[in-house]
Amino acid sequence: MIQFEQFVLSNGLRVIVHEDHSTPMAVVNVMYDVGARDENREKTGFAHLFEHLMFGGSIHIPSYDEPLQRAGGENNAYTTNDLTNYYCQLPAENIETAFWLESDRMLSLAFDEKSLEIQRKVVCEEFKEMYLNKPYGDAWQKLRNLAYKVHPYSWMTIGAELSHIENASLHDVKQFFHKHYSPVNAILTVTGQVKTAQIKQLAEEWFGDIAPGEKYIRRLPAEPEQKEARKLTVHAAVPVDAFYKTWHISSRTDRRYYAMDLLTEVLSGGASSRLFQSLAKDKKLFANINCYHFGSIDAGLLTIEGKLVKGVKMEDAEAAVEDELRKIRNSLIEPKELQKVKNKTESIITFEDMSLTNRAGSLSFYALLGNTAMINEELERYQRVTAEELQEEAKTIFNQHNSSTLYYYGNPSNT
Amino acid sequence: MPNRLSAPKAKDPIAYSLHLKPFRKFTLDNGINVFAVDAGAEDVLQLEFIFNAGNWYESQNLVAATTNYLLKNGTSEKNAFEINEHFEYYGAYLNRSCYNETATLSLHGLTKHLPELLPVIQELIMDSVLPESELDLYRQNMKQKLLVNLKKCDFVANRLIDEYLYGIHHPYGKYSSTIAYDAIQADSLREFYTQYYKHGQCSIFVGGRLPENIEPLLNQYFGNLPLNQKPIPDIKHPVEAAGEKKYRIINDPDGIQGAIRLARPYPGIHHPDFSKVQVVNTILGGYFGSRLMRNIREDKGYTYGIYSYIQNHMHETAWMISTEAGKDVCEASIAEAYNEMQEMRDNPVSEEELLLVKNYLIGTILGDLDGPFHILGRWKNIILNNLGEDHFQESISQIKEITPKEVQELANKYLHPEEFYELVVV
Repeated sequence: MIQFEQFVLSNGLRVIVHEDHSTPMAVVNVMYDVGARDENREKTGFAHLFEHLMFGGSIHIPSYDEPLQRAGGENNAYTTNDLTNYYCQLPAENIETAFWLESDRMLSLAFDEKSLEIQRKVVCEEFKEMYLNKPYGDAWQKLRNLAYKVHPYSWMTIGAELSHIENASLHDVKQFFHKHYSPVNAILTVTGQVKTAQIKQLAEEWFGDIAPGEKYIRRLPAEPEQKEARKLTVHAAVPVDAFYKTWHISSRTDRRYYAMDLLTEVLSGGASSRLFQSLAKDKKLFANINCYHFGSIDAGLLTIEGKLVKGVKMEDAEAAVEDELRKIRNSLIEPKELQKVKNKTESIITFEDMSLTNRAGSLSFYALLGNTAMINEELERYQRVTAEELQEEAKTIFNQHNSSTLYYYGNPSNT
Repeated sequence: MPNRLSAPKAKDPIAYSLHLKPFRKFTLDNGINVFAVDAGAEDVLQLEFIFNAGNWYESQNLVAATTNYLLKNGTSEKNAFEINEHFEYYGAYLNRSCYNETATLSLHGLTKHLPELLPVIQELIMDSVLPESELDLYRQNMKQKLLVNLKKCDFVANRLIDEYLYGIHHPYGKYSSTIAYDAIQADSLREFYTQYYKHGQCSIFVGGRLPENIEPLLNQYFGNLPLNQKPIPDIKHPVEAAGEKKYRIINDPDGIQGAIRLARPYPGIHHPDFSKVQVVNTILGGYFGSRLMRNIREDKGYTYGIYSYIQNHMHETAWMISTEAGKDVCEASIAEAYNEMQEMRDNPVSEEELLLVKNYLIGTILGDLDGPFHILGRWKNIILNNLGEDHFQESISQIKEITPKEVQELANKYLHPEEFYELVVV
């Protein structure tokens, strides 16, 4: 049970406090309600580029990192298709340093032309390192494109193409900041060796006088129900053929989410999972095979991905995957197998909660979803999933009309 | 209105006194040493069996790693599926890892399930059969994985730089190949297993919320095994470092980035400079605000990240700078890295920068001491490397005490470009 208190400042900033007196440290986490899905289709990669610019100095403070490091702190940030999250950990006694730094960059960035110029280059190198100069690095760009025709999940957080980042102007950057980076669109979470009253006072002092900003109302087009199977074939200079197939699933807050999540565990949660056992071990069609989803807030994707054993035909590999999916659609999962994936989920949640940083991130995320208390309710929701619900979910998801398939062929001579 | 122009008062982390929660040591009936740290709020634990079974001890490439991998893939009673299902049913993770000197079996799980898990771990240590069919599958999949990895410039660079530093026959310098995978025989794995696991040398590290009866429980399952009966063979591996220092490799003619590795031999973790060199390394490239990062990422935008570190080896080691940079700025990145070395040789670091780095390092260690697994990890490093129980406090004082003059002296001792191997793989 993770205890927490929450309150809202008069400018709309939501604040969550979780006291943990077993550690000398504190974590200050600021989550902004903006991700790649909120970008302009012609200017993608912005939320992520922005994450870099947030370290290029704020209105009163030339460097974010130096004062934090001097106070014994460490920080990092990440951007997803849904949100942007900044967090730092430091000795709790120095927590005010984090309030000073985080509030100043919420107030305003320095908007320095040189910093933008440099970070454009850094992000372009990141783009190359992670997506262009890496075997199969572009597969997800292609899959997103195939699966989403309307919803902005059709591009990756790094951006749809390098030129969008190369062309980002200071004007664009300022607009993006003012639209999304304000108290009313943010959640401040503090965990560790702190007292709620102390955090209330610090939050008022450092964030209280920041103008609320305008509440960003998200009006994203829902992805229409897919009516027929989609398929794409590509050839690339990679040594091994890879198979990807993805299906639309529910949103994060749908009650179906829990059955779907357990379904991925049944299929590929470990070395005793069905896909691995049947397709990699018994039939020896795949060298590795995985089933996963990203926990997206809007209706997301469940994906099966694997590298084929040399000499195996793509069609045969796909047919074998479909055989496994037919089994899970047509027969109820045994109680023991269901218990296994539930036990595993309990373990995953317990291990995640060990870290102060994770607790801060999770509290913020559930607050963003609209119910902070979910942090203590998730396990029970998983426990309640029945074999029938799991089967129902499998029938709903694993439907050819709902699928997008990518055959990613390598070049056999390229070894 | 808060004063936003100057930093709020903060306590220098170097003013903190740090304590590493002590471990409890006990010995099982057969002489296995157990190091236990009882800490943490969650009902979880980590139980690690550390065998002297790393590739240091193999007489044929990949035998140690393959044996370690296949430990979980069949006993005379259970096949791989049944073993995996057992651990997964209890929500536990049983991982195995093979390093240079050691090889481990490590369990992460909920404390309440420990009694169901220990007997199967015992079975793996005593009764693994390393089935031929599992070896074939492993070989096939690892060869394919290798082919994919060989397309990555960073993967290739990591192999080559180690080969230059230690030689292709040294455990730190050798690497996998499809030929080496093909040459593995199940019999040699079984021989290695018998000598280095079943009748091998093992120690146990356990941390988390421990059950009251952890000592009798471990003794029941592991105290009567034929382990720790013979001393480990004393094997020496001479270093055969390359004569040539500079390398430019084209791995992928269409590559758009180069993996840069600059590395020089460093005497190792037992050398008296070690803790202070960690400070010098942090200034150079050991954290986000390092000189290499500020120059090559934050000022020039050549890379997404550049880091330096001392390789974590028990014997000989190396001081390494590592980055991936745009193909056309690789040479410029190397030149800048050398400029930063020169700067550190020629001029003392300012008191301000040094204090920042000390505070950062101490703050990081402080943040790393609260979880049971981190505490256990620090003790493991100290104990396995024979560093002595006061090592933690000693290295903290060395970090706190180092002066700008000492930083400059160490830079002059170690940071000479001509002593670095220099590699770019595109």
